[in-house]
Amino acid sequence: MKELTYHRADDAASAVALVAADPDARFLGGGTNLVDHLKLGVTSPTTLVDVSRLPLDEVSELPDGGLRIGTNVRNSDLAAHRAVRRGWPVVARALLAGASGQIRNQATTGGNLLQRTRCVYFQDVTTPCNKREPGTGCSAIGGYGRYNAVLGASEACVTTHPSDLAVALAAVDATVVVLGPDGERRVPMSDFHRLPGDRPEQDTTLAHGELVTAVELPASAAARRSTYRKARDRASYAFALVSVAAGLELDDDGRVSDVRIAWGGVAHKPWRAEVAEAELRGRFVSEEAVRAAAEAELAAAVTDEQTAYKVPMVRNLTALTLTGLAEGATR
Amino acid sequence: MTANEVTPDPLRSTASIGTSLLRRDGVEKVTGDATYAVEHPVTGPAGEPPLHAWLVTSTVARGRVAAVDATAALAHPGVVSVLDHTSAPRLADTSDAELAILQADAIAFRGQIVAVVLAETSESAREGAALVHVEQEAEPHASIFEEDSPTYAPEQVNGGSETDTLDGEPDEALARALVTVDATYTTPHEHNNPMEPHAATALWDGEQLTLHDSTQGPRPVRGTLAPMLGLEEEQVRVLAPYVGGGFGSKGLPHAPEMAVALAAMTVPGQPVRLAVTRQQMFALTGYRPPTRSHVRLGAHPDGRLEALRDDAVTQSSRVKEFAEQAAVPARVMYAAPHRATTHRVAELDVPVPSWMRAPGEMPGMYAQEVAVDELALHAGLDPVELRVRNEPDVDPDTGNPWGNRRLVECLRRGAERFGWADRPTEARATVDGEWWVGTGVAASTYPMLWMPGNVARIRSLDGGRYAVAIAATDIGTGARTVLTQIAADALGCPPEAIDLDMADSDLPFGSVAGGSSGTTSWGTAIVAAAQQFRADHGEHPDPGVETTAASGQYADMDGHALHSFGAVFCEARVHRYTGEVRVPRLLGVYSVGRVVNPRTARSQLLGGLVMGLSAALHEEGWRDPRTGHVVTQDLATYHVAAHADVQQLEAGWLDDVDELSTPMGSRGIGEIGIVGTAAAVANATYHATGVRVRDLPLTADRFLE
Repeated sequence: MKELTYHRADDAASAVALVAADPDARFLGGGTNLVDHLKLGVTSPTTLVDVSRLPLDEVSELPDGGLRIGTNVRNSDLAAHRAVRRGWPVVARALLAGASGQIRNQATTGGNLLQRTRCVYFQDVTTPCNKREPGTGCSAIGGYGRYNAVLGASEACVTTHPSDLAVALAAVDATVVVLGPDGERRVPMSDFHRLPGDRPEQDTTLAHGELVTAVELPASAAARRSTYRKARDRASYAFALVSVAAGLELDDDGRVSDVRIAWGGVAHKPWRAEVAEAELRGRFVSEEAVRAAAEAELAAAVTDEQTAYKVPMVRNLTALTLTGLAEGATR
Repeated sequence: MTANEVTPDPLRSTASIGTSLLRRDGVEKVTGDATYAVEHPVTGPAGEPPLHAWLVTSTVARGRVAAVDATAALAHPGVVSVLDHTSAPRLADTSDAELAILQADAIAFRGQIVAVVLAETSESAREGAALVHVEQEAEPHASIFEEDSPTYAPEQVNGGSETDTLDGEPDEALARALVTVDATYTTPHEHNNPMEPHAATALWDGEQLTLHDSTQGPRPVRGTLAPMLGLEEEQVRVLAPYVGGGFGSKGLPHAPEMAVALAAMTVPGQPVRLAVTRQQMFALTGYRPPTRSHVRLGAHPDGRLEALRDDAVTQSSRVKEFAEQAAVPARVMYAAPHRATTHRVAELDVPVPSWMRAPGEMPGMYAQEVAVDELALHAGLDPVELRVRNEPDVDPDTGNPWGNRRLVECLRRGAERFGWADRPTEARATVDGEWWVGTGVAASTYPMLWMPGNVARIRSLDGGRYAVAIAATDIGTGARTVLTQIAADALGCPPEAIDLDMADSDLPFGSVAGGSSGTTSWGTAIVAAAQQFRADHGEHPDPGVETTAASGQYADMDGHALHSFGAVFCEARVHRYTGEVRVPRLLGVYSVGRVVNPRTARSQLLGGLVMGLSAALHEEGWRDPRTGHVVTQDLATYHVAAHADVQQLEAGWLDDVDELSTPMGSRGIGEIGIVGTAAAVANATYHATGVRVRDLPLTADRFLE
């Protein structure tokens, strides 16, 4: 058996110091993904630094009306939090669309963002995978592709990010608060996850040893009128085929003054559909207008036989989601 | 021991049969006291603790093992030994190539056992397995079942049925027919995935091999493994007191059982435990092979069938033949003067397929019952009415009279209970918000299978109690409970007076818990033994007297066609924007003979319906053409229905007593619930959307617009 050292961190700074000093050390949060990887041999750290008991488990309101979510707030608690449900319903709904009740009770906010792809080849150490072992090749190209990316993929990696929460956070312009050996920094969600390029082993822009300590949600009218919809292969407990996180603000005439659209299941990171958003600003929301806007965004999509469905699916789901928000429906 | 005919009025009462007696082992199971195959506290004769085995498997689909380098593994703390094809004990008989593991260097599929690591802990065994370096020479392979895969006609198909049948001139009749269907239906790789993985604890004490196994048949495991190991059957004891599901995958012994037996024989006196991983189950424990059924129906304008052809092609393995009998149910379902059924098999470099709940009937009735729905559409007839019009007077296959065919009543009663009459005739006629809504129906059938040779022993105990013994197994079905009820009524005592001993190969012969034949076959033996016991010892036997009796022959299988039937009704909703399918209502109405225990019977039928729903909507093993490997090899990527997929679910049955089949009046119920269910769902999605999907599963992308 592989021996490893387990540290229970006393405070965030010492946890960061421990991991930063050891390239084979990892933070352990809820463990719902990392422990699977230990069993599968996907990763073999020599040291685990358990940060799940650090007192970073508060949800607090910020002076500007925003919300600060400690990294250790459990997914189930965050989904049930009254302020989240009122001011950022997209976040609560995304959380409830993910995993199972048991996993949501265990999984943490920061850990959710740092979960890794469920690509079958990434999780099978007998097959090549650039994300798991850089330089070995991508088995998903020419292999099982139902969950592959259609936007922003590279020759090195065609997988998707599995998180529902991250898609919602991208839509509401959340900020991730990160503690590193040199102190704290703030990373906008749009810069937190990255496209694979030629370094698919790097899911995020975090450096080794940097610890997510909190996520901050800015208040906005679009966040208040927001929702999350997810299409999947079974009614629960399945990753997204595609998902849509959206927020909408209309002016007095009913034209779009602010719109946020983020897609899950289509890329290596939550895909903020900025082209589609630009198309819709100043327009009336109609199914046709949203479909056209989504199609403009999807002009860059690259599909194959197995992923072709994602383009019409995410287009349709976006149209349904935004027309629903425009009608005042909240789901 | 006497082998006797069961005499008329075989049951002395029906006080217990027909009641919902609580599961005899329910409390042990829900409180965690039930010990499964690797949980038995087995130690060696001198108290030796168990060793742990871990399987090392091939990563090429065809080729040979050039060398196994165990140096690093053996250097790992806790690792005791590594067995490979050069060092494993030699088998006395290697004719069963699936089970003849570690005997030669050939690799016949990806995931084949090429080495076994023994270690002091499960963790060190697992790490040791990762450290074994297997040098493999890969050869070109063909592992994908394709339309142009070369095929052959097997000598017979699973269950011993004929490969092909022909009556009349179906091709000419099809050419003449005014209403026709000509379509191909496919089902994918499906994997049984019982909750308890295949697992066993083995102890070889130098003369005797004891196997605590997770199996559907202790006697069949003993009977298969003993001669291969060069042992007398009496030298092997197989126990399976609790089994966490099987769905057919534990019906026959598979390679892991041989691996643990071989490993144990290298360490006499030390128990060896092996639990197969979920991922390994996708290669080593059987699966339902993909099927492709070309169905052609020719009918008169009034819907009466004139001709029927069902040409089924399925996948088998070069290692061992398994021919899924997908065209067999077409032989009994409907009347048509001109009929042909054929089976062909593509032999590929893949793991050995095996039994999965209702082999043959499940994929075959999916194809046929969707084809019949298409025929109803073409004939402009209600699908229930079309089936009623094609009801055969006698079994079309054998010409025998039906024992108890009540399909029409199942259809009628189901239609009434479901509210079928309110259904719009046209497809794509109902929208409810974001959803298209439709309903569908399919028929279901399963043969009455009865295994010969079962033997039961009855001994009287103090206080009016009886010990009843038979090497049957309860794989979660409720067999332990219903056999207690059968014994009670056969002896004329309350069920509380029965001590049932089962699941041990040292007991009198019990056949496999498979083919929906368990209760039927074991129960007949228990009734025979009870009758003989009373004849031998009377109403007030002295404690300690006993009788052992075989079931002899009971079921009138030569004179009558004995089958169960059913009708499944489904409401499906298909999302207009995403194509996602949900099933808010599923109802099955069955004719299965007398129901011995309504509680456990309902559970079996509901479980079958759920498994059929799961096959309809989710299940698909995806084999990578490059590696020959099912890459959807866990329950996160091989989807089965989750709770949220199962909504209003109902199973009912006709009031039946089938004394032609068993002395209890019952027939088997383990499998019929899965049969036809996927067709009912597919037909409902067609009715909802007007989109006909002929390939399972019915995933969202198929309905996307």
